[in-house]
Amino acid sequence: MGISFSLLAVTVLILIAYSGVKFAGLHFFFGVVIPYIAIATFVIGIIYRVVKWGLSPVPFCIPTTCGQQESLPWIKQDKLENPSNTLGVIGRMALEVLFFRSLFRNLKFEVDVANPTEMKDESRVIYSSDKWLWLSGLIFHWSFLIIIVRHLRFFTEQVPSLMRLLENLDGWFQIGLPHFYVTNLVVLLSVTYLFIRRVIIPQVRYISLAADYFPLLLILGIAVTGILMRYFSRVDIVDVKILTIGLVSFRPVIPEGLGIIFYIHLFLVCTLFIYFPFSKLVHMAGVFMSPTRNLANNSRMQRYVNPWNYDVKIHTYSEYEEEFRGKMKKAGIPVEKG
Amino acid sequence: MYNGSKIIVGLIVFAGIVTFPFIYNLGKVNAKPEPKIDTPVIQQLKEKNCIESKEFMKANHMQLLNKWRDMVVRNGKRVYVNSKGEKYEISLQNTCLKCHSNKKEFCDECHNYMSVKTHCWNCHLESKG
Ligand code: HEC
Ligand code: HEC
Ligand code: HEC
Repeated sequence: MGISFSLLAVTVLILIAYSGVKFAGLHFFFGVVIPYIAIATFVIGIIYRVVKWGLSPVPFCIPTTCGQQESLPWIKQDKLENPSNTLGVIGRMALEVLFFRSLFRNLKFEVDVANPTEMKDESRVIYSSDKWLWLSGLIFHWSFLIIIVRHLRFFTEQVPSLMRLLENLDGWFQIGLPHFYVTNLVVLLSVTYLFIRRVIIPQVRYISLAADYFPLLLILGIAVTGILMRYFSRVDIVDVKILTIGLVSFRPVIPEGLGIIFYIHLFLVCTLFIYFPFSKLVHMAGVFMSPTRNLANNSRMQRYVNPWNYDVKIHTYSEYEEEFRGKMKKAGIPVEKG
Repeated sequence: MYNGSKIIVGLIVFAGIVTFPFIYNLGKVNAKPEPKIDTPVIQQLKEKNCIESKEFMKANHMQLLNKWRDMVVRNGKRVYVNSKGEKYEISLQNTCLKCHSNKKEFCDECHNYMSVKTHCWNCHLESKG
């Protein structure tokens, strides 16, 4: 259900761009209007989501930890897994964001017949290390990042030298002309793995929804159209750059004769940008906002005040005595101050 | 907002990164490349045509060069027959650069615009030779 729906959705998107440009001639709409809408939706959408998260209270100090917390001086603290100050939190977040530290601990869970001869019908649970999800996730995200940074050459006249370095590293093998980029292959393989994994592992398939398949297929569509455009059905990228520079300098132009495949690629990318803030993909911003990661485990050193605590009206004894001293004296009740 | 200052700093960084291309191009006039084809050899041509059609050359000349290189270096074939049946000697220096002898105003014009750096000229000669 989820798979066929997502497949249909991506196909329809491609057809929309194709027929819109080919038959309706809406070059300006797909080349200029949609990209502006997409970038605005992306920025405003993410800011909206983050502000909304920021407005929600975090009632308790709930970092999830998995190491020795700060304790007596002679007990060694695990500063990264159980940080007690901001520096530690930054280190922990960096490990999480750059290397997916917590996914590295991912375990495989199997029910297996323990020892067939001794315990006949008894089965037991076996946990074993499973690094494939971590590995494919990590290389997928890193290649995606490199691909995005490489695209800067379409948006800047003098390309920053860091980007040039990345591009040269990516085209290291100098296979063919234009040079084959390693990330092209890596991103295809890893997205395909992530997709197949959802389909063939029964437990994962059971919990997968259209919202899980759709982004994968959309990104696959983007990667495939990009690869087609670079190696097989080439478009003139000088024309592409004229369009993109026009966009970012607010002087939009539509160069003539740009291949339709470019408009399809662009439309899929715009869909991704529009879809991003309102889907699970927003974990890009969400990871920074999760209290289980971004809080220091210091609740034994500093009082964590629950923002939900309402103002309790306190009436201390001295205030009470102040109010009723006269009556108390008359009734013969002892008072503290004369 | 809880931890407002940190969140706002984060959001400003985010917006800065995403809008970097817009900020970078503020007030810049980006001239598009105009490769010049007014070389002596081309001016003497009766029909000012490249090896293949202009559209094909614009998008695919690197793939053509790759094919040429394979034809010469791997298969020892030194003659290329184009889609119209015309014959060309396969040579980067003696064919492409004979017509396009103004490499600086032609090839480099586009390549600088796209920040393409070809390593061909480490070995091949730029001037006719
Ligand atoms: C219309 C603009 C234009 C002109 C003129 C032009 N090129 Fe290119 N060339 C490009 C673009 C754009 C690329 C990059 C393609 C890519 O990265 O997908 C390129 C790439 C190349 C590459 C592959 C570089 C690499 O490392 O991937 C070679 C080789 C090349 N051009 C040779 C030449 C030669 C030789 C000439 C002059 C006879 C020339 N080009 C003229 C636009 C042009
Ligand atoms: C016979 C002379 C001749 C040879 C040889 C030749 N060219 Fe051309 N080339 C031309 C002419 C003339 C044009 C302009 C065509 C036009 O405007 O229709 C041109 C156009 C081009 C363009 C498109 C430029 C633009 O304005 O967008 C590229 C790229 C190009 N040539 C690359 C090459 C490469 C690479 C080679 C070698 C494989 C080569 N040419 C060999 C004559 C030649
Ligand atoms: C390491 C040095 C080297 C580099 C770098 C190099 N070539 Fe060559 N190339 C050669 C040699 C050697 C030959 C063989 C010459 C021959 O047999 O005539 C050759 C032959 C060719 C030929 C066919 C014959 C001729 O005279 O043109 C083409 C086309 C060619 N190279 C294109 C390229 C292109 C395009 C690039 C850049 C992407 C490039 N080469 C980079 C060394 C190099």
